[in-house]
Amino acid sequence: MILRDLAHTRSGDKGDTSNISVIAFRQEDYELLRKEVTAERVKKALGAMVLGVVERYELPELGALNFVLHRALAGGVTRSLALDMHGKCLASLLLSMEISSKS
Amino acid sequence: MTGGYAAGTRARNNVRIGCGAGFSGDRIEPAVTLAEKGELDYLVFECLAERTIAMAVRTRLKHEEGGYDPLLAERLGAVLPAAVRNGVRIISNMGAANPIAAARRAAEIARKLGLGPLKIAAVSGDDVLRQLRAQDRPLLDAPGSVWQWPGELISANAYLGAEPIVEALEQEADIVLTGRAADPSLFLAPLVHEFGWSWDDWGSLGRGTVIGHLLECAGQITGGYFADPGVKDIEGLAELGFPFAEVACDGTAVLRKVAGTGGAITLATCKEQLLYELHDPTQYITPDVVADFSSVRFEQLGRDAVRVSGGGGKAKPEKLKVSVGYKEGFVGEGQITYAGPGAVERGRLALAIVKQRLSRLGKEILDLRLELIGLDSVDGNANGARAPREVRVRVAARIQTQEGAALVGREVEALYTNGPAGGGGATQSIKPVIAVVSTLVDRAQVRPTLHWEGVE
Repeated sequence: MILRDLAHTRSGDKGDTSNISVIAFRQEDYELLRKEVTAERVKKALGAMVLGVVERYELPELGALNFVLHRALAGGVTRSLALDMHGKCLASLLLSMEISSKS
Repeated sequence: MTGGYAAGTRARNNVRIGCGAGFSGDRIEPAVTLAEKGELDYLVFECLAERTIAMAVRTRLKHEEGGYDPLLAERLGAVLPAAVRNGVRIISNMGAANPIAAARRAAEIARKLGLGPLKIAAVSGDDVLRQLRAQDRPLLDAPGSVWQWPGELISANAYLGAEPIVEALEQEADIVLTGRAADPSLFLAPLVHEFGWSWDDWGSLGRGTVIGHLLECAGQITGGYFADPGVKDIEGLAELGFPFAEVACDGTAVLRKVAGTGGAITLATCKEQLLYELHDPTQYITPDVVADFSSVRFEQLGRDAVRVSGGGGKAKPEKLKVSVGYKEGFVGEGQITYAGPGAVERGRLALAIVKQRLSRLGKEILDLRLELIGLDSVDGNANGARAPREVRVRVAARIQTQEGAALVGREVEALYTNGPAGGGGATQSIKPVIAVVSTLVDRAQVRPTLHWEGVE
């Protein structure tokens, strides 16, 4: 199972900081997401693209997690040489993260 | 100046606010539909990104009457007839680096269309370049200070809040054009004006800010930036409609769109937009309030109707955020495509060749990016295990001089006859870099001012 089976995601940008929301399609999957999709795993999944720390905020009522990725936009929208200077694609890349239903 | 169509409007229990644009280049037709059929009280256009204002400042330096949104005339020309007919007041940051010239232009457009009487307010005072040139300040999001950042300081714009917009509405402005204002403040202002919320009613200001945040990207809450076929399907994206909120005086609202337009408003689209560009959900900072998004609730009332409630706020920050713009050289870019067996290897060979040829620029190159679109341009961790049928070489470099930057595209184009086999479709571009960083200023140093234009 991959994250895309359980949740939808959206990325936003502010300066050199990206945020990715991970939202459960079904509220009952929120706990599984909370266990599986940790800040450490998100940082690892995006690898070299994220130079800074990754923070996670929990929004249990919405069945959602919000990840804040510091220094993740190659210097920020205005200076970045990246094709996707806003990091709009980051949320989609995260959807391939493997999720183990046993946890 | 005689009163415009806003003259004599009264406080009420319910206000309808639509969003007619979520960025400077947004589609125009959905706003016309909203003005015609949305039964709106207000139509807000959010058209100013961090970088846009720095670019606009440069334009204004060249033309005294320039520096406002390049689509202002087209947008207002399309929307004004229905807006005036239906008494829909307009609020927008399309004033960009020159709200006063924008107001003059808006008046011209109205006159040309035979519309009036109209009162148009321009909000200026966000430009704090003089203050930052006089006194250095530490940067918020980078080490060092405003004066230490490399590059030539060209713009500094403080984020204004809802207050000057409310003042304009109180003086019966039909159209309010601002420069740099916080996006949600454009939506909060009419709520404060209509409901008489006080400036220390943090809960209401927080809830109004939530509504503004949900609306401010227009199509992003009605199904745009959302569809994923087979997983998240959205009907009618080609005719995507823009949202409006029916807001009650307690700061709850129902989000809707005009019947018959494309897209959808669902719990999922609302949740995605609530968390868009959000960091700590309990601390969404605007000039008006520190809003709390963590307690926001959504309830689907029916098709394309979602009720939003909850949310709150605490006291506004003491200082205002400022976007500071610098000229920082140029980006030169070139692209060329390779296809068929060995496409990836030929693409990599092309990158190596261009890298070597550009090395003569030495330290003039401030930053260099070499990649294969289709393989690793967006996914920086791709290991190349897949072998796509085609890849597109992309070389981008930030270079001090325009001449140096021009060389990047030329070297990529030269691959046609001086590179690997079968390179096709070379393109090149050069653009100036405006770096934008942030700092804070004291509120006392920022003096918003209203200017008026009338159409008789």
